[in-house]
Amino acid sequence: MNWFGTISVLSLCLLLGACGVQPWVQPYERQKLADPIMSFDRDPVASSYLHHVNDARESARGADGSSGGGCGCN
Amino acid sequence: MAVISRWLTRVSETRSWRVTLGTLLLCGITYPAAAVLPDERIDILYHSYEGGGVKIDGPAILVRKNVGNSVSLSGKYYVDTVSGASLDVRAAGVDVDSGASPYREERTEYNLGLDYLRDRTLISVGYANSQENDYDAETFSLNVSQTFFGDLTTVSMGVSYGRDVVGRNDRPDFEEELERRRYSLTLTQILTTSLVTEFSYEAALDQGYINNPYRFIRYRDLGSERGYSFQTEVYPNTRNSDAFGLRALYHLPWRGALRAEYRYFEDNWDITAENVELRYTHSLRDAWLLEFKVRHYEQTGARFYQDLFDFRDAQNFMARDKEMGPFDSLTYGLGATYELPRGLIPGFERSTVNFYWDRIDFNYHDFRDVTVSPQDYALGEEPLYGSAANVIRFYFSFWF
Repeated sequence: MNWFGTISVLSLCLLLGACGVQPWVQPYERQKLADPIMSFDRDPVASSYLHHVNDARESARGADGSSGGGCGCN
Repeated sequence: MAVISRWLTRVSETRSWRVTLGTLLLCGITYPAAAVLPDERIDILYHSYEGGGVKIDGPAILVRKNVGNSVSLSGKYYVDTVSGASLDVRAAGVDVDSGASPYREERTEYNLGLDYLRDRTLISVGYANSQENDYDAETFSLNVSQTFFGDLTTVSMGVSYGRDVVGRNDRPDFEEELERRRYSLTLTQILTTSLVTEFSYEAALDQGYINNPYRFIRYRDLGSERGYSFQTEVYPNTRNSDAFGLRALYHLPWRGALRAEYRYFEDNWDITAENVELRYTHSLRDAWLLEFKVRHYEQTGARFYQDLFDFRDAQNFMARDKEMGPFDSLTYGLGATYELPRGLIPGFERSTVNFYWDRIDFNYHDFRDVTVSPQDYALGEEPLYGSAANVIRFYFSFWF
């Protein structure tokens, strides 16, 4: 990227930052979000087992919502 | 804490938002993008995978407890007991019924974790150790999460390093090494009062002995009675991959949640994969959670994968491991969680009993069933292989 492009991107970032977007969901509006069914990983011991089942039988790995690291098992 | 979350969900519909706000502030309630320590809990799990001639089952125990207000410690113990062998191993003539078989074994895994919370930052370090009689692995991991923007946004960055020692039961002199590195970035964003989304990226780099030493390729061999013979697979000693995941979780107007997930994967062996998943969670009489899911996965094969090679040592790299070939799978899942009456288990704030079952159907696009009679099928024209598996998780969870 040349200098013009870099400056343009930085200017755009500054402009967007200056718009002053505020958090649009207030703490008192988060009761649904606090429900346990709204967790991506409600029961970690069960979900990490399922990730392990898939990892062992599929070539794809990673970006599956687990904490990562892999079990190191063949 | 989770009990308070559920209570809040109910109470918020009948009382003013000020009550809810006050309680949220007092309790530091957990919603998806907040920086808080994980729940203090104990999980005792029995897991089982049965399909394709293999049964793998065993227990797992997870214990997580806080020390003070800013540190959480966790320990996990996990066992896989493997019996039987998959089709390719049986076809290659490995004696799976003998006690000396490499496919009758046990894997034990220990995990230790420490999470440290400081203001809006959660720092997690972990150590995992996995041991089999022919495979040892250690993994070290570090993850840092930070919330921004009124706790609507969470950015997490993780790195892990693993080193494995690969052996063979039938050859005590065989010892190879493998190094694994992973780098991940996850962005979680609350979009509305009912919708959370997550984007994740993960790079994985392996260097060393990546093969499974018990897997074989088959090649045409006129000198053999059946027309083919087997030789050990040969993989490159580096593998790099990128994966991108998108997830969304939506709270329905009633107490139910819809979860959607998409992931794209590619690596330098020319494998690309995609999976999509849809999951619905429904609450019944407050004590029950029912879950239904469907997942589809599809991948292309590695460029050095073939079901049948033309001759021995036909290429520098050769694979016939069915997980390296093109295939798709479809998973259906059902499950239920029952919350035990409060006070039934003394010493715990909340307790649940859980049973989840998945059925997975695998369809291999270029992996043939060589156990059929050679008189019935020409070489290379055997029927394509498919299998089905049942996956069970039965567990008890207790929250302090």
